[in-house]
Amino acid sequence: MNIVVLIKRVPDTETRIQIKDGKVVTDGIAWIISPYDEYGIEEALRINEKHGGGKVTLLCLGPEEAKETIRKGLALGADDAVHINDPALLNGDASVTAKVLAAALKKMQYDLILAGKQAVDEDNAQVAVRVAELLDLPCVNSVIKLDFADDKKSARCLREVDGDRDEAETTMPALITAQQGLNEPRYPSLKGIMGAKKKPITDWKAADLGLDPAALAPKLEILRFDPPPARPPGKKIPGDAATATKELVRLLREEAKVI
Amino acid sequence: MANNILIIAEEREGTLRKVSYELVTVANEMAKNLGGAVEAFVIGNNVGACAAALAKTGVAKVYCADAPALAHFAPEVFAATLADAIGKAAPSVVLMPATGWGKELGAKVAAKLDWGVATDCIGFQVDGGTLILKRPVYAGKAMATVKAKTLPVIVSIRPNIFPPAPTESPAAPIEAVAVANVTPRAKVVAKVKKESVDVDLAEAKIVISGGRGAKSAEGFVQIREIAKMLGAAVGASRAAVDAGWIDYSTQVGQTGKTVAPQLYIALGISGAIQHLAGMSSSKVIVAVNKDPDAPIFQAADYGIVADMFEVMPVLKEELKKVLAEK
Repeated sequence: MNIVVLIKRVPDTETRIQIKDGKVVTDGIAWIISPYDEYGIEEALRINEKHGGGKVTLLCLGPEEAKETIRKGLALGADDAVHINDPALLNGDASVTAKVLAAALKKMQYDLILAGKQAVDEDNAQVAVRVAELLDLPCVNSVIKLDFADDKKSARCLREVDGDRDEAETTMPALITAQQGLNEPRYPSLKGIMGAKKKPITDWKAADLGLDPAALAPKLEILRFDPPPARPPGKKIPGDAATATKELVRLLREEAKVI
Repeated sequence: MANNILIIAEEREGTLRKVSYELVTVANEMAKNLGGAVEAFVIGNNVGACAAALAKTGVAKVYCADAPALAHFAPEVFAATLADAIGKAAPSVVLMPATGWGKELGAKVAAKLDWGVATDCIGFQVDGGTLILKRPVYAGKAMATVKAKTLPVIVSIRPNIFPPAPTESPAAPIEAVAVANVTPRAKVVAKVKKESVDVDLAEAKIVISGGRGAKSAEGFVQIREIAKMLGAAVGASRAAVDAGWIDYSTQVGQTGKTVAPQLYIALGISGAIQHLAGMSSSKVIVAVNKDPDAPIFQAADYGIVADMFEVMPVLKEELKKVLAEK
């Protein structure tokens, strides 16, 4: 199968997010492929390892620095990548990002699109679903298991949503979003890392996609970022485990009134 | 100018999820400044009782799409039917629950209508007719203030943040909405029953989580017992999930669930940044950890420096006494 995986460059989840003057400070941040997208890459690789044939292509909208993130995905085993690398397309909201990705996908060949169920930076959980709608593709969201019919014309999925699990079916081609549990992503091998340097990354600008950035008006605008509200200092309850636990239950009941 | 607000209620197995009533509270508050009527929409199979309940929350009208074809989630059918209801109600703001269901449906309808969506909002203000939203980003490591540059807009609201609206108003009219004539290519075909999860993490009033300190899957047996006594959901840190002691679907943190319960009890959890991101908007946080320097204590309202296995038996006994008094 020819599979396109949508990936986003995000700060490492172990990174503390610092805010200055209403903006996120990006200096010193370690960047990773958004973890849910990584499940998408892993699944794409496994599908082609199992069924043979086909190419795994990464599609990323991001600044020049995202090249490094794309190389990480290539090191895992993806064959090539498209980097939508145009500053004029970077400051959109989810609606704009989806339009840009959909415009790129219209120029690409695929049997399946995989993506994370959300990126772990802005947590919009919209882009992939929007892309499917814009391309008029069926979409199964938040998938933890994916199997294809022998003729590859349909797929059966297990979804995990809000603590519930359900079985879903879709015709192919389709867009599938990955939820934690879909697989256990591999680590890149040394050979993979070396090989990634030679794999092709195609850069596309707005003009290559037939897009006029000025016509892509975001519907939402982020006015500012702030640190989360500080929690008042807590107290450690003194005494041995038994004494402290009894006091804890009293405090939860009488002071906090939560039990 | 009338800026109607349309609430999208979510049902689960024939009853409305609590967040649906919370949306009414948000809508009423928004309507004070935006003007216009508050209406609601419910979709599913055999959702007559849900529509009737919704009609008593003080909304002006309930649109109800009720058909066997809606028994299972089929994004194409649900989104097309919702788009029809939006066409009838002509709202300026559509409020959705920020659940998995609401986020997917909201994004799909928004793409259809070319609208914006502010996901997972926890606060809002209306500034001279402009809607400004507050939403956590980076799983709560930062807050974003977002302006809706255009109306109409879809806003999804995080569960458990706003109080639910009471259902004591005179019943509003219910208008049937036909199911959109769409043959879905993707659809849910069956629900899978899970044994362990009885309380959904996202909507639980109390969450009790275990981490590395639980030492094994056995450690979670006692945690589950306490959770049962409290009607709480069981959560876990990434360390416990990675060790295979508990299902990954219980993971709380940036790559798991984000929770905001009234009470969060962290047992044997050190408090990695990505875990804290997922639970630090809980109202009251309790931490039990052997290590007095564990970062979790900086987020906790009440901390006990002790082995969780010394704490749990006493906790059970004390809770038994206290809960019997209720």
